[in-house]
Amino acid sequence: MDMRSFWRTLDRGTLRDIALVCLADMLVGASFGAIAVSGGLPLWVPVAMSLLVFAGGAQFAAVGVVLAGGGPAAGVVAGLVLNARLLPFGFAVADVLGDRWWTRLLGAHVMTDESVAFALRQRDRRRRHDVFWTCGLALFAAWNVAVVLGALAGEVIGDTGALGLDAAFPAVLLALVLPSLTDPGTRNAALLGAVVAVATTPFLPAGLPVLLSLAGLVLAARPPATAAKTDSIPESP
Amino acid sequence: MPLLAIALLAAGTYAFRLVGPVFRYRLRMPDRLRRLLSVAAVVLLVALVVTSALAEGHGFAGWARPAGVLVGGVLALRRAPFPVVVVAAAVTTAVLRLCGVP
Repeated sequence: MDMRSFWRTLDRGTLRDIALVCLADMLVGASFGAIAVSGGLPLWVPVAMSLLVFAGGAQFAAVGVVLAGGGPAAGVVAGLVLNARLLPFGFAVADVLGDRWWTRLLGAHVMTDESVAFALRQRDRRRRHDVFWTCGLALFAAWNVAVVLGALAGEVIGDTGALGLDAAFPAVLLALVLPSLTDPGTRNAALLGAVVAVATTPFLPAGLPVLLSLAGLVLAARPPATAAKTDSIPESP
Repeated sequence: MPLLAIALLAAGTYAFRLVGPVFRYRLRMPDRLRRLLSVAAVVLLVALVVTSALAEGHGFAGWARPAGVLVGGVLALRRAPFPVVVVAAAVTTAVLRLCGVP
């Protein structure tokens, strides 16, 4: 591929946004490594998870469940349910992964909330391709380097809480989902789901309350009154 | 966290990622299911935000962490850059704890 035309299609604003997201995710990745190791997990656990799973939300959820005493099976289920969202993402960006089998295998692995969100902001297919790959590969490198550094630091830092690192992950996740909450149906479903998750947290094994939040989908299953008109158009078979 | 658990989580996650790129010519996901899955993702992420901000195990995490997350959220609403959101959240929580807030 001609690298010069590759960089020309990416404007400076987009590159800056990608760099900022990489930086934010590095802070979160470092927190993840530090929290996992200072919580008592061996250093290779956060490092291997970050390379092989490469999905921040699922990594935090799984490690959180395990550190809270929920058991590895519950941790895996919590992580997998959370990652089911990657399935529709795969259809959304399939056209930019290329037709060669190895670009599809590699591109699938660097598919994240961030790379998909950035790619879908571009109208032109060529730009979508460039943005997806730039964001995906840069984020993979940044995230894994940061997790290793954080994990190493976690062996020294006794108390990650004193640094407020436990607030980093929910904060970046909140910043990522906020734009999706402008849709009223989604917002109501998310609010109900959050109430269910918080209300059940004291009683249920770790990981399960987040799954139960899916009960909030009852508010999304029925389209809101304003959307009823468009919805009454017969769907294509 | 045994190796088997990490391998299962990794394999399942990769399978989710690979379905779209591999089957895009052979499968067409119904729009309704596509929408439901995207709303489900937001619902799960918000539940993860709220529980990880408020709870530690089965109990309340204390005020410092949710306060930090709230500061981060307000900055995100005001379109602050992501790194600013993260640093502000962590610093708020750390300073509150330094002042004796649990």
